[in-house]
Amino acid sequence: MSEQTVPADLPEHMLDLDEDDDLEVFSKNTSLVDGNPVPNSPGSMVNQYRLEEDDEQQHDANAKDLFITVDNPESHVTAIETYILYSVVTKTTRSEFDSCEYEVRRRYQDFLWLRSKLEENHPTLIIHPLPEKFVMKGMMDRFNSDFVESRRKSLHHFLVKISEHPILSYSEHLKVFLTAQDLTPHKRQGTSFLSWMGETMRSVANSVRGLRSRPEEVVRMQEYVEDFSSKISCVDKVAQRIIKEQREYLEELKQYGPIYAQWAGLEEDLADPLRGVAGCVEQCRKESEEQIQHLSGELVPVLHEYVLCAETLKAVLRRRDNIQAEFEAKDEILATKKVDQEAMRDEVDALADRVELANNALKGDWSHWKNSMRADLKSAFISTAEKNVDYYEKCLAVWEAFLLTQKADGGERREDV
Amino acid sequence: MRKRCASSADSDNSSSQVMMADSASSDEVAVIGNTDLTSSESENNLINTMVERGTALLNKMEINVAEAEKRTGKNTVNMQETYTVYLIETRPAETVQEGGTPAIPDTLWRRYSEFELLRMYLLVTYPYIIIPPLPEKRAEFVWHKLSADNLDPDFVERRRVGLENFLLRVASHHVLSNDKIFFNFLTEEKGWREAVFETGFQDKADPRLKSLSAMFRVKNPDKRFIALKHYGDELNTIISQLLRVRARVADRLYGVYKVHGNYGRVFSEWSAIEKEMGDGLQSAGHHMDTYAASIDDILEEEEHYADQLKEYYFYTDAVRSVCRKHELIQYELEMVAQDFANKKQQKEELATGTVRVFSLKGMTSKLFGQESQEQREIRLAALEQSICEGEELVKLKNTECQEFVRTAWEDIERFKEQKDRDLREALISYAIMQISMCKKGIQVWSNAKECFNKM
Repeated sequence: MSEQTVPADLPEHMLDLDEDDDLEVFSKNTSLVDGNPVPNSPGSMVNQYRLEEDDEQQHDANAKDLFITVDNPESHVTAIETYILYSVVTKTTRSEFDSCEYEVRRRYQDFLWLRSKLEENHPTLIIHPLPEKFVMKGMMDRFNSDFVESRRKSLHHFLVKISEHPILSYSEHLKVFLTAQDLTPHKRQGTSFLSWMGETMRSVANSVRGLRSRPEEVVRMQEYVEDFSSKISCVDKVAQRIIKEQREYLEELKQYGPIYAQWAGLEEDLADPLRGVAGCVEQCRKESEEQIQHLSGELVPVLHEYVLCAETLKAVLRRRDNIQAEFEAKDEILATKKVDQEAMRDEVDALADRVELANNALKGDWSHWKNSMRADLKSAFISTAEKNVDYYEKCLAVWEAFLLTQKADGGERREDV
Repeated sequence: MRKRCASSADSDNSSSQVMMADSASSDEVAVIGNTDLTSSESENNLINTMVERGTALLNKMEINVAEAEKRTGKNTVNMQETYTVYLIETRPAETVQEGGTPAIPDTLWRRYSEFELLRMYLLVTYPYIIIPPLPEKRAEFVWHKLSADNLDPDFVERRRVGLENFLLRVASHHVLSNDKIFFNFLTEEKGWREAVFETGFQDKADPRLKSLSAMFRVKNPDKRFIALKHYGDELNTIISQLLRVRARVADRLYGVYKVHGNYGRVFSEWSAIEKEMGDGLQSAGHHMDTYAASIDDILEEEEHYADQLKEYYFYTDAVRSVCRKHELIQYELEMVAQDFANKKQQKEELATGTVRVFSLKGMTSKLFGQESQEQREIRLAALEQSICEGEELVKLKNTECQEFVRTAWEDIERFKEQKDRDLREALISYAIMQISMCKKGIQVWSNAKECFNKM
């Protein structure tokens, strides 16, 4: 990471990172008095967030000085529309921030704005994806609490990833996003939508012409992204299929247990073991429900995020290609057409630099992303395996307890005779 | 040699701590003390229990249905058909020396229809006994992965076990085991069918018993039998429900496990494009394959449990049959008693000259004039005779009825105890199966977790 060349639009003092050891402890922000969690020192927050961050980052934990949470979704009603607002709470010791704590209210659109700004300014960095726009699915609406919660988690995860990124976390747009009470004036500034579109059109035109050749590493990245994309989509589908099958299994179990209980009503000596079995089946069913909750709440969201990541990677590679294409196009003109050589040469050189910067940024970010991916997926899989072990252990205990009651009864019965 | 028996008795008690009753007078049941017992060992215990109950027959010989074979031949309408025959082995029940070879068994082949014939004979000949059921003729309550085909080897195997079970049940019954036809079924291959028909049992079979809709209006129904009939009906319903839902649960569980096999495939492919993650993913994938494959054995074992339930599902028919027979006997007794009462009434009227009960003779004498004193005395004498016979008949029927009730209730009590014991064992073995499944699950996912840790 230390080898990265710095893109042009970064704040100057990013290089001061390692020298900043100002550990301001208490918040001066009085707006947090009402019911918000007691401000913690960044040092102690390291422990709080350690569980959420991957082990990979622990050696960076001491250097981590920007903590963001997304919380407290609330419906907001205006004359025109209703939408959800999330609380984005920031705690930081960085000197670029005037205060150590901020709390702002943001809606999904605001996140979209932030991400598009980051993409604009860092076209070849790998920016974590946002949860998808809401799509009407049956009766579920966008105010459904499960949907809102899963979206909140994804938004939180997005900001955590950004805050951990060595370059993106210093973005001015991020700072504005985290601190401005009203985001609207900032949204109007900067590159207009039309000019952004124009850029995209030019890029498409350029890419149609084809590139001379891609750097070897880029070719490897491209191959990897194709494969990774198909594999992660597959894993995502498998996980969702498992949940579906398990739900159907639970439906049958719901009917199964009660039949034993009904039978017990017909019997005398046999009633006790029958009721025992009915109880066991019911207990196991409850445990199975919990296990499904874990799968859909913990594993599937992570898998899904990385399906989206794969698309992000493809987009990043496309943008890198476009930058190269633009350079090559101008370079060709320089070589073949009768133009003002000097002026053209400067332009071509600038574009060549841009290509080099883009490639380096991507290369650096690539390994950062891979490590992050590995850590996230590893932790999600481990957590799933643990939950499964837990499920089977609980069911085992239930049936063993039943067996013990039967052995005890059997013993007594023999003594009676 | 009692193959399965010996393996459990001779083998080290580390695998099963079955306490066998060693004297014929004790009739307490083996208790499974070790949760590592497999369900086939549990079934083994069932057979041991039956055998240990010590009928004279079982003290003499061991009975096995050792094999099944396909045959083709011409049937009664001269058409080619394929059927299965089962090998019945019998050998003297002397204990075998350690290391000695078991005695060579006597064997004969029987097909399912012959078992059916035997059972029908027993039903008619011992109407007060709850006759053990045969395993199903056609596969019912299957979950979709299991074949419903009669010629499917798994089905044939389970049927073989069921037939052996049937023979052992009969052989361990203190009344049925003494039957000559049963003995011949086990020992005389030729001429058995003829011998059965020679007993003329078909004539004893009351067609009214077959008809389920025939209602006998019994004036004083025996409360105990009514209760038993209701119990039999309700048990039949509940077990069939249970079997059906169990099959569906099995089907769903199969789906859950098998989908995990897809993880195995994807992880393997994915590991090829990763460097650091590759090994962890690959080995985790193998465990997912193991997990997916494990369900086959798990559900195969559960079929044994289902078979134990099925036996009692079929037993309810036998219970119903005894109740109906009792109804019939009770009905006949009441008919006979009514008839006797009528005749006595007639006599009284004839003697006193009053007509209270309608009789054709009485009406015609009214219409066509009084009969002579002589005629009256002849009729009276005939009536007296009839009344005597009637009284004898009532006594006979009464005795028959009482005897039936006595012997039937003896067998019903025996059956109830057997049922409670067997089904309790079945439920315990089901719990053991669940425990085994959980243990496998814990192992696989713990292993997978280790692999993920290496990612």
